[in-house]
Amino acid sequence: MALLQIAEPGMSPEPHERRRAVGIDLGTTNSLVATVRHSLPEVLPDAQGRQLLPSIVRYLADGTTEVGHVAQEHQAVDPRNTIVSVKRFMGRGVKDVEHIENLPYDFVDSPGMLQLRTAAGVKSPIEVSAEILRTLRERAEESLGGPIDGAVITVPAYFDDAQRQATKDAARLAGLDILRLLNEPTAAAVAYGLDSAAEGIYAVYDLGGGTFDISILKLSKGVFEVLSTGGDTALGGDDFDHRLYCWALEQAQLSLLPPEDQRLLTIKARAAKEALSSKASTTLQARLTDHRWVNLTIGADGFAAMTQHLVAKTVSAARRALKDAGLAPGDVQGVVLVGGATRMPHVRRAVADLFGREPLADIDPDKVVALGAGLQADLLVGNKQADGEDWLLLDVIPLSLGLETMGGLVERIIPRNATIPVARAQEFTTFKDGQTAMALHVVQGERELVADCRSLARFELRGIPPMTAGAARIQVGFQVDADGLLSVSAREQTSGVEAAITVKPSYGLSDETIAQMLAEAMGSADADVQARVLRESQVEGQRLLDATRKALAADRDLLAEDEALAIDAGVATLAAAIDGTDREALEAAIHALAQDTDDFAARRMDRSIRTALAGRSVDDVLK
Amino acid sequence: MAPVSIAQDHFSLFGLAPRFVLDLDALEAAYRRIQAQVHPDRFAAGSAAERRVAMQWATRANEAFRTLRSPLARATYLCETHGAPIEAESNTAMPAEFLVEQLDWRESLDEARGDPAALQALAGEVDAVGRDIEKRLTDAFDVHHDYAAAAVLVRQLMFIERLRAELSTAADAHSTAD
Repeated sequence: MALLQIAEPGMSPEPHERRRAVGIDLGTTNSLVATVRHSLPEVLPDAQGRQLLPSIVRYLADGTTEVGHVAQEHQAVDPRNTIVSVKRFMGRGVKDVEHIENLPYDFVDSPGMLQLRTAAGVKSPIEVSAEILRTLRERAEESLGGPIDGAVITVPAYFDDAQRQATKDAARLAGLDILRLLNEPTAAAVAYGLDSAAEGIYAVYDLGGGTFDISILKLSKGVFEVLSTGGDTALGGDDFDHRLYCWALEQAQLSLLPPEDQRLLTIKARAAKEALSSKASTTLQARLTDHRWVNLTIGADGFAAMTQHLVAKTVSAARRALKDAGLAPGDVQGVVLVGGATRMPHVRRAVADLFGREPLADIDPDKVVALGAGLQADLLVGNKQADGEDWLLLDVIPLSLGLETMGGLVERIIPRNATIPVARAQEFTTFKDGQTAMALHVVQGERELVADCRSLARFELRGIPPMTAGAARIQVGFQVDADGLLSVSAREQTSGVEAAITVKPSYGLSDETIAQMLAEAMGSADADVQARVLRESQVEGQRLLDATRKALAADRDLLAEDEALAIDAGVATLAAAIDGTDREALEAAIHALAQDTDDFAARRMDRSIRTALAGRSVDDVLK
Repeated sequence: MAPVSIAQDHFSLFGLAPRFVLDLDALEAAYRRIQAQVHPDRFAAGSAAERRVAMQWATRANEAFRTLRSPLARATYLCETHGAPIEAESNTAMPAEFLVEQLDWRESLDEARGDPAALQALAGEVDAVGRDIEKRLTDAFDVHHDYAAAAVLVRQLMFIERLRAELSTAADAHSTAD
């Protein structure tokens, strides 16, 4: 037991040095922002005390936007310009979106990801999401009294590469420094696990507004290990609303409604669904634009029956996740419910039946993801100083990654549920004499045929020296980072010809596009953009400065005297440059210090691994 | 203690002796100790170099853990690091009696399709053969250090694993058809 805490120089855990970190749950229906204060996570409310921000953005003809409750109020009168459930469009093309004909928007099908034509111009789902994130960032800055040092953004565990990349781009566009993309069920498990000190096998059943995830985790001694995950990124509460909406159309013998009525009936259907969570029956009433009245009564049993096929889909995904983890339902010690849609009694019943136990919902299913993300952000930004206060998350990749081979078949390179970060390589060869280029097509999914998987990127390895067919040895390497994002490289082994990409081209935004969007978002005020770019460099510089000082304090002895002196000088130069306004000088100082400390980082890692294994002699090991 | 390096073998990364019989709890404990040091989450707010090194090490630890945890992957790895590569694609040589058994099992699998009880019985039989091969692998690796003999057994175990996967798929096909 430590009676006195002795702080090392430069590592003092003074309260004022706590960094501002937030966790953001960017939901289909609602979004939230949470932070840790006095070691407890809390959701930050808006000025009116409201914690949930409806994920709704309205674009007006004068170029301004309304976000959240204000936009929600106008959704029925201005459906075309009021975007709801934009999360369903992230990283998706027009042909990917189910029931698109029922949506009141003016879609523009562009390569990779669809766009929406609004009164304020054509908007990508990334821009719409960025509006929501920006609103939450401003709320947090107001509440925490300064700029945010880092954010954790949650995504459905079953989000593929395109959807993850789109989310990351949106966060960048909103001016957030992203610490990590965190899977929603994992975030919920963190909130639960830390709250209850739970140990053992847990299942997180997360049915949100538009997405479904199931994750099976093993919790033990501060480690949250995801064993498997499954889900459907196009299945959520919205689909239950839609089923009820279709039922209402049939019952009232309506067809071809104007967008205003479509939106109105959808809102009424959602209200009826919510009412049925606590009542045996309810009415669905609406006055249409042509003054006709819709007046219907629906019972909980009837609603359960008409949506049973949706619940069944979640149950079979849960079964598969259990099987992937090598477990039976009886092995699960606790089932955590996440997402507003888990309030539906027949959903809870199905979950209880599958696992043979009553699910847990003691943390508000609307907030648990944001709270977990807030806790994780606090950890990642470096606010935990003492050992034993921290925890470790081991997450997985939800969908297999592979390459197209001859005949439109998929060669799997990384299987689903592999723990991230993960890297795998595979060798391929040429099939024609003198072949000098090779096309690579990267896909994600579980099916055998390329046509049934999601295409992530295509690229070409050129300049292969002409050889006979089968003589070239082309090594294709896949690396998935801790955010679940893929990068691919290819290299001809005999000649060393190289080609590398981060899988991004078909869906994500290029740096130039982001810069351009930023400029537009800031009202093209050049000075603002300059200030923003300088601020980004300052954040990066400060990060390097803090990391280097901490490293010197802990492991200066790993450096030769001249190396240490060079780093000291680099630290001094960078510290001075950060306070200035010369961005070029700042960038140069960052670059110089980064170069000088590159090898130091590797040496420190070696030492920490050795320390981790120390205390166990080789003799012990060989016994 | 010897210096660590990202290129060292999977066993010494976790401070374990290179044997086929492995204390899985010790393996998991060592894996978690290493990940607690190298995981990218520890360096999320760190410098670019720290983040890159962390990703490389955590990737390395995941790969080593995945390989050592599974008996088949562990046996394959032991053979490959001791000059007895498996070459599953080119080397299909099997003892004659195992080839005969292979044909029998395939036939039984085709007959058992759609019959859950028969599938389960066959799965039990195949599991027992798998356990027997693992026992013989223990002898080959840890007693006789005969990696060439082990490689022959590894090829058999690969076949058994494939058969298990097919049996499991056949069982699923039946349960979803219900």
